[in-house]
Amino acid sequence: MNTVAADTEPLAPPPIPSWWNRRHLLDTESLSAEEITVILDTAEQFKQITEQGRQKLSILSGQVVANMFFEDSTRTRTSFGLAANRLGADLVQFASASSSLSKGETLIDTAKTIEAMHVDVMVVRHRTPGTPHLLSENVDCALINAGDGPHEHPTQGLLDLLTIRQQRGSLEGLTVALVGDINHSRTARSNIWALKKLGAHVIVCGPSTLVSPHWESLGVEVSYDFDEIVPRCDVLNLLRIQFERQYTRPFPSVREYALLYAMNKERMKRARPDILIMAPGPINRGVEITPDVADGPHSVILHQVSNGIAVRMAVLWLIAGSPAAGQQADQESE
Amino acid sequence: MSEILIRNGRVIDPQSGLDEITSLLVRDGLIAEVGSSTENAESVIDASNRIVAPGLVDTHVQLREPGFEEDETIESGSAAALAGGFTSIACLPNTDPPIDTPAGVEFVRQKAARACQANVHVLGCISKNREGEELAEIGTLVESGAVAFSDAPAPLASTDLMRRALQYCLMFDKPIFSHAEVPELSQEGIMHEGVTSLVLGLSGMPADAEDVMTSRDLRLAESTGGRLHLMNVSSRDSVEQVKRAKGRAARVTAGICAAHFSMTDQSLRSFDSNYKVNPPLRDQQHLESCIAGLVDGTIDVIASGHAPRATEKKMRELDLAPYGMVQLETTLSLVIMNLITPGHLDWPAALAKLTSNPASVLGIPKGTLAVGADADIVIIDPHAEWTLSADDLVSRSKNTPLDGSTMLGRAETVLVGGEVRFGAQL
Repeated sequence: MNTVAADTEPLAPPPIPSWWNRRHLLDTESLSAEEITVILDTAEQFKQITEQGRQKLSILSGQVVANMFFEDSTRTRTSFGLAANRLGADLVQFASASSSLSKGETLIDTAKTIEAMHVDVMVVRHRTPGTPHLLSENVDCALINAGDGPHEHPTQGLLDLLTIRQQRGSLEGLTVALVGDINHSRTARSNIWALKKLGAHVIVCGPSTLVSPHWESLGVEVSYDFDEIVPRCDVLNLLRIQFERQYTRPFPSVREYALLYAMNKERMKRARPDILIMAPGPINRGVEITPDVADGPHSVILHQVSNGIAVRMAVLWLIAGSPAAGQQADQESE
Repeated sequence: MSEILIRNGRVIDPQSGLDEITSLLVRDGLIAEVGSSTENAESVIDASNRIVAPGLVDTHVQLREPGFEEDETIESGSAAALAGGFTSIACLPNTDPPIDTPAGVEFVRQKAARACQANVHVLGCISKNREGEELAEIGTLVESGAVAFSDAPAPLASTDLMRRALQYCLMFDKPIFSHAEVPELSQEGIMHEGVTSLVLGLSGMPADAEDVMTSRDLRLAESTGGRLHLMNVSSRDSVEQVKRAKGRAARVTAGICAAHFSMTDQSLRSFDSNYKVNPPLRDQQHLESCIAGLVDGTIDVIASGHAPRATEKKMRELDLAPYGMVQLETTLSLVIMNLITPGHLDWPAALAKLTSNPASVLGIPKGTLAVGADADIVIIDPHAEWTLSADDLVSRSKNTPLDGSTMLGRAETVLVGGEVRFGAQL
């Protein structure tokens, strides 16, 4: 057998701390700094294992993960699917258009039906904030929020943190700006809470119709002047303008938005030499970011994508692989 | 000749200013004597350590029948009213069909009479089919017994129609009940727009949506001389506007629903759809302004805002769940816990907003213990501690966020027209 060395040694899965007792991942707002660090450390270990050539583990074999996406998604759904596969779990893809939801069944009934097929983890995306929370109260299996409307998208926030930490070693003391439609962005929220817990200074920047002054009272700096903040930032996270989420258009034209808030060559000249350019994608090239910047040397956008799989492996493993998860399930079945 | 003596209770009649421990004699369905020394009444209720007050009057109840009997019926809703101490309730016309014809008014009144629970008064539609376009036959509705007019819980978006309605109702001296909301500002949002909605990512309904409409309605009431009742004030600026309008002697009254002095937008952190109401639960500052408005008399009326919705409708995603909370059986406790116990209102002041004031807004001869009045009476145990169980509610719907909460004070015995219809069996 001429397999690589890493394949011949029995693989020790990343350790799960004894105090870990989280059954669901619904948000980053309620995570402690310790929990965030454990998720990032675990993700880092999975990333190394993957990079050593081990594409597939079997540490979650026998477990069933259901991808339940009630809203369109390609990236996140694929990323969770790959993460589950690499841990050896079985994956069920649930497509809402072809389900009983289109026959008038309620969401809770649909979830209970799927759970009755012995699903261990549900990964849920839904247009309405609080829906993963609602489901977690009505099913016994573990639940991961893969984006609930403008509320939270915790794994996106965590993978953004992992990407920054890999480049800078630590989040402590960094200035990170989130730029764009902050009010309607789940990515912004999940980033903000996690970044603050790990000691970063967070700026939110965008048109005043999309960046509420209330953010100040939540410990975040609010800016409407992109040019002023660019030179101060270690990281720029350029959020996608979500045209589909707003009732009335909050700014007059895409051209005007790009003029005021697009990260382009001119603004790069005034940025710090080691600035990191991030975007959760899918990006509107030419709107929030010009192609030369998106594909330039400061861009870590593709790192974000590969880190996404590692973070989702970590979250699935911590939630479904921890002894606490099994114990709790036993208690509930008694 | 039937007589009931209610003795040793603290008898409070806000209308006459009576507040003393005394006895009350009921004869042939009417209040016969206050401070009675009769010893040989047919029946006696001992009300020691109890408060004896006029039966409570509610200006804001959804009964849902006809059309939405899965939520509530006239019978179940009027029975729930009694369990909450209310002897007279006014029901909103948001039924299917809406109450915009004499037949609709008569249907509700007949069903209520047959149910033989609380008295039910009818709010007729302002507009035909509650569509907000042309006036319903308000004169005919008055003939058949409608006491006031409203398109609630929908706002009347058309400024022209609101102006016309206020003018037209002058002929009958009937008030317009307004749910003040600018629909294009609230956008069918889920909660109050503020810091909490920002954190939760839930679509917000700004206080501006209420305040701008309040301003319009007050302006039109003053210019037309019409009677306006703002049904559910919930924001700081609306309270201020009403206060100023009253200073100019506008014919305006204001009501508040129990939820709005009891709960804040923070409750939505649970994502529990039972907290989804319209107007939305606002933040602590708005709540404090509302309480200040209750204290200084700007807000005249406390209503339940009872909005029953079947469990299967509420157990949905927050954007699909309808607005509303059942409140008939919890309003009295919320008044005691959040207004009387903390010292914002004393018992006579709180009871005025639950009896004589709402009766006056509705123009009905209720909410009083005057000799000769209908003997609609509630006997309240102000110290009773009890645990609310949604399953035990008389209301057909269970959409309360207070399930499992410890409540203080409750209606113990309720008389309607001299007949005990809830509580103590004689």
